[in-house]
Amino acid sequence: MSQKTISRKSNISSDYKWGFVSDVNSEIAPKGLSEDIIRMISKKKNEPEFLLNSRLKAYEYWKKQKDEEPDWAMIDYESIDYNDIHYYAAPIKQPKLDSLEDADPELIETFNKLGIPLEEQKKLAGVAVDAIFDSVSVATTYKKTLEDAGVIFCSISEAAQKHPELLEKYYGSVVPYSDNFFASLNSAVFSDGSFVYVPKNTKCPMELMTYFRINAEETGQFERTLIIADEGSYVSYLEGCTAPMRKTHQLHAAVVELVALDNAEIKYSTLQNWYPGDSEGKGGVYNFVTKRAKALGNNSKISWTQVETGSAITWKYPSVILQGDNSSGEFYSVALTNNKQQADTGTKMIHIGKNTKSTIVAKGISAGNSNNTYRGLVQILPTAANSTNFTQCDSLLIGDQCGAHTVPYIEVRNNSAKMEHEASTSKVSDDQLFYCMQRGISEEEAHYMIINGFCRGIFKELPFEFAMEANQLLRVSLEGAVG
Amino acid sequence: MLQIENLHVSIGNIKILKGINLSVNSGEIHAIMGPNGSGKSTLANVIAGKPEYIIDEGNISFNNTSIDNLTPDERANLGIFLAFQYPVELPGIPMKQFIKTSLDAKLKSKNMKETTIREFNEILKVESENIGIDTKLIKRSVNEGFSGGEKKRNEMLQMALLKPELSILDETDSGLDIDALKTVGQSVNKLSTEENATLIVTHYQRLLNYITPTKVHVLIDGKISKSGDAQLAKDLELRGYDWIKSLT
Repeated sequence: MSQKTISRKSNISSDYKWGFVSDVNSEIAPKGLSEDIIRMISKKKNEPEFLLNSRLKAYEYWKKQKDEEPDWAMIDYESIDYNDIHYYAAPIKQPKLDSLEDADPELIETFNKLGIPLEEQKKLAGVAVDAIFDSVSVATTYKKTLEDAGVIFCSISEAAQKHPELLEKYYGSVVPYSDNFFASLNSAVFSDGSFVYVPKNTKCPMELMTYFRINAEETGQFERTLIIADEGSYVSYLEGCTAPMRKTHQLHAAVVELVALDNAEIKYSTLQNWYPGDSEGKGGVYNFVTKRAKALGNNSKISWTQVETGSAITWKYPSVILQGDNSSGEFYSVALTNNKQQADTGTKMIHIGKNTKSTIVAKGISAGNSNNTYRGLVQILPTAANSTNFTQCDSLLIGDQCGAHTVPYIEVRNNSAKMEHEASTSKVSDDQLFYCMQRGISEEEAHYMIINGFCRGIFKELPFEFAMEANQLLRVSLEGAVG
Repeated sequence: MLQIENLHVSIGNIKILKGINLSVNSGEIHAIMGPNGSGKSTLANVIAGKPEYIIDEGNISFNNTSIDNLTPDERANLGIFLAFQYPVELPGIPMKQFIKTSLDAKLKSKNMKETTIREFNEILKVESENIGIDTKLIKRSVNEGFSGGEKKRNEMLQMALLKPELSILDETDSGLDIDALKTVGQSVNKLSTEENATLIVTHYQRLLNYITPTKVHVLIDGKISKSGDAQLAKDLELRGYDWIKSLT
């Protein structure tokens, strides 16, 4: 059985409890943010002192810059009322529907197109799941494999209880609470997320998936993830799901930190398909994410791969600080926008160590009335002798109402650096379509084929099954835009 | 099989074809010759259904059914194949995937079962060897970085695999070295049967050293000025297109 299948089944394990509905209100904090609310969150989670202090510092800092929400990105949205948000809700999922027949038929149709198994559909749509599918045994088997290898994979709340020393050492070491507006907010109120520690000289025996988590509870809108790869270790982490998640919150401000020590490697892959809003741009998730990795050790390696098709707004720059000598960073991205979606996404590669190497391949696809911006910084500091960067940004336009923009920033302060930058903007050409159609391929199919061809270099960086799903995802996301 | 009556075609506001009549039957090979700008490629493309060409008058029918309102893929699946003069590059689309998708589309339109990967690989191997196409090319994206000759061989490979009823070769011979030219000639001869037909659009006579056409038509300024047998092509080679122009 494939890992994916296992993950899907284990995902069903739900800690839903009948009868909880009546006292649900007591598990939600009142709207708005204050020091008391932060203390309450920390207390509910029984957090160690250092985390509470960190939250409070972050809150103080965030308050000071409250009127300075960043506005440099090429995105346009109604201002967010930060006092209209519940900053704490008990992490318990409650089915809202009795059966799939009660769910939005459009949603179910999309699930079917993506080939999502029935039981998973129920879970995603919020339908109560039969206890038979609570496959605790599968989860246990997988947990044991990881334990035998010494890998820690748990929620960050659990890590705060069981591994406070690791958390204290690395939490906030890559993205400090003062980093940016949304990171400060996250650092003050983060709900939950994943924690991974891979010990020295260990190759993590399986690919880790977020929706494969033992405590598969709702992580809330302020997700916080920390992954540490100790010396000589390797881990591949997959985040997300192809299913269109109808998140209950509009604002999502997550922080992901990765740390790779000497000779360690972390591969982090994301498929993001949150609700993009309707064709008029109503609803839809605002996704403001801070993702950063520190290639701290010598010869360490970080690789980010992302396929972003969802959310009304994507504001996301997975970055690498190349601190160790000979360390390398990679960023492979496909960002697709359709209808009224807006994406401003890219990366930062900060070269500090000697002989550091970074590779950026960003593909943007714009359709409908959407706007798609690549924004990337490559910085070579004076210490980074003999560093190299290769950047390639390609944009593909579908239709004539969309926009594609490329905003590269390059700062070189060591003249031994080698920089390469390539950029292109293209449309699916009529000649390409005619050629495919002359071979009997329908116009719609020809479009998908050409678009998939455009993304091929990125998809091959994804784990195989993820790549298959990514193909399907593009197809579903572009429906109505081509052919 | 192919019946063209009084065909007038324009692109933008420019009239290119001005009343073509042509009838091609099963088992025949027709050559359309003519100087640059006479409308040869337009004729090839309009039969295949290229969208920017507008039929102002007349019609095209295939096996007694009008195809004027059919999309290019519908025409292709009826058995019309165009070997392109300038085959386009399709970055990131592997050759195998493209050719298999194309073959399966045809089978599907005939309510036949798609080929399995194993079956497909087998026939692809055989035909690639016949055409003399480098197996390394099969592993690349469609036409990407192919030389002119490699692109043309690729067209012949697809023609061999799809086994069309009507093959149209649009200046397939242009820019080819003598070996590639020979391959094209052999491919056409090998595929020719009593059940299918070929329309060769060419500027030069040299491809006809390898293929003996049933009929030769000379296209000048959007009209067929003269038709004849294989000998006509040889006369043209000696006397040039001005000779035909002087006759009209």
